Amino acid sequence: MANVILVSVLSMGGLSLLLGAGLAYASKKFAVETDPRVDAINEVLPGANCGACGYPGCSGLAAAVVEGNAPVTACLVGGPAVAQKIAEIMGVSASGETKDRKVARVLCQGGVKEARLKSDYHGVKSCRAASMVNGGPKGCPFGCIGFGDCAKVCPVGAITMSENGLPVIDEEKCTGCGLCAKECPKQVIALTSAKNEVHVRCRATLKGKDTKEVCKVGCIACKQCEKACPFDAVHVLNNVAIIDYEKCRNCMKCVEKCPTKAITSAFAERKKAVINDNCIGCTICAKNCPVNAISGEVKKKHAVNAELCIGCSICAEKCPKGAITMVRGEGNIKTSICDACAAVK
Amino acid sequence: MKELLFIIAGSVLVNNFVLSRFLGECPFLGVSRKLETAISMGVATTFVLTMTSVATYFIQFYILEPFGLSRFLQIVSFILVIAALVQLVEMVILKTSPALYKALGIYLPLITTNCAVLGLALLIAIKRYNFIQSVAFGLGAGIGFTLAMALMAGIREEMEFGDVPEALQGAAIVLITAGLLSMAFLGFSGLIPM
Repeated sequence: MANVILVSVLSMGGLSLLLGAGLAYASKKFAVETDPRVDAINEVLPGANCGACGYPGCSGLAAAVVEGNAPVTACLVGGPAVAQKIAEIMGVSASGETKDRKVARVLCQGGVKEARLKSDYHGVKSCRAASMVNGGPKGCPFGCIGFGDCAKVCPVGAITMSENGLPVIDEEKCTGCGLCAKECPKQVIALTSAKNEVHVRCRATLKGKDTKEVCKVGCIACKQCEKACPFDAVHVLNNVAIIDYEKCRNCMKCVEKCPTKAITSAFAERKKAVINDNCIGCTICAKNCPVNAISGEVKKKHAVNAELCIGCSICAEKCPKGAITMVRGEGNIKTSICDACAAVK
Repeated sequence: MKELLFIIAGSVLVNNFVLSRFLGECPFLGVSRKLETAISMGVATTFVLTMTSVATYFIQFYILEPFGLSRFLQIVSFILVIAALVQLVEMVILKTSPALYKALGIYLPLITTNCAVLGLALLIAIKRYNFIQSVAFGLGAGIGFTLAMALMAGIREEMEFGDVPEALQGAAIVLITAGLLSMAFLGFSGLIPM
């Protein structure tokens, strides 16, 4: 018996060794000379093969970058760090043109507590499957179904499902690959710039009354946000408020006005402008302030009226001396995280 | 000599690996869309089949049987050899024709799990062929495979222009075609006394 084991081990081992050696020789002999940059780029890419760049896997992107068909910043997951490395390999500068970081945001707040169900669903626990049965169990045809298809598809584990049946996105972990947005059958997840703090968390284009019937936190198209916005950045289109992120300056005026709390901000309190001693009294800030919160005499240090300041940062951008900083006060708490812990409790 | 011809003709026509023994259906249906790639796939598989017949002959009659291992190590060792050979073919094709490498795609590494190859190895062991016969058998199997692929691809290329009923479009008509081809090949049975 021992003899049989010994012989089989030896013969198979010998055979494998022989074949391995043969293959090793062949791989040298038939080595294909690829552009070494392709391999180098492949090395620095995250290797998640998520496909967010639009190429089939990381090696596909590496080849495209070398051929010049893709920009060095194409990898969304890797972000600026990877873009920098790829730029070094390609011998170009990353030129700081890295797109601003995108983060997935959940545009629905209608969880178990807020949204009314129209039916009792007992099928496969998947949003995609549930959405095929008469548009899903929720009364709102636009709402999050809550089986967490997005959490399942997230390659970095940034999405967890709260007790309230809504996805909670860890914005630190989120790489902005957009797989969750693609997976969601209700398109409730959107990629927005990490800079944007204020979002309309409702996509229901139902009439205001109908929205109110199915969800406590839906946008009822009352247009109060439109009137409150100092920057003309939010508009009610098709019975739902939509923020123009190019114009929005996170002033949170609309957040305060929204009667159903459908518009939220990532932070509980807005930031305030603070003028330091670099101020030369040029009055540029005072002229540009949309709410006239800055006052002061020419050539003297200006002051900000914190009551009036809406934290739009226009003054900070306009100040030629960089004398204005935007400071967030006591309320520097991420409300999204608060939601999460409240939900867990 | 006559016997060798019988073996080759037998494995090409009478007991065609794809159409009579129903081995290697996966690439037969998967890569038979274009005549050119189908023939290339056939040639690659023929190479693997012939090399496998050589390798398995030595393994079966010089390693496995003398040591009495053929009962439990046969399939393991054959798969090992086949996998190594496919790796080799992959390297050669990548070196010589990257376009072909791309066209064959996943089906190239899948020659490893092509049951025609393992089937050939096991048949050689069962039929107890000698060396020359084994090589002839492997070559014949490869030619037969290529023939079946070429026939199928030719038909499918023509079928692109044909008026296929809606319900039968796609895989359905391909499977029906494969069945008809197979029936046609059954007509060869009895051609050679095996």
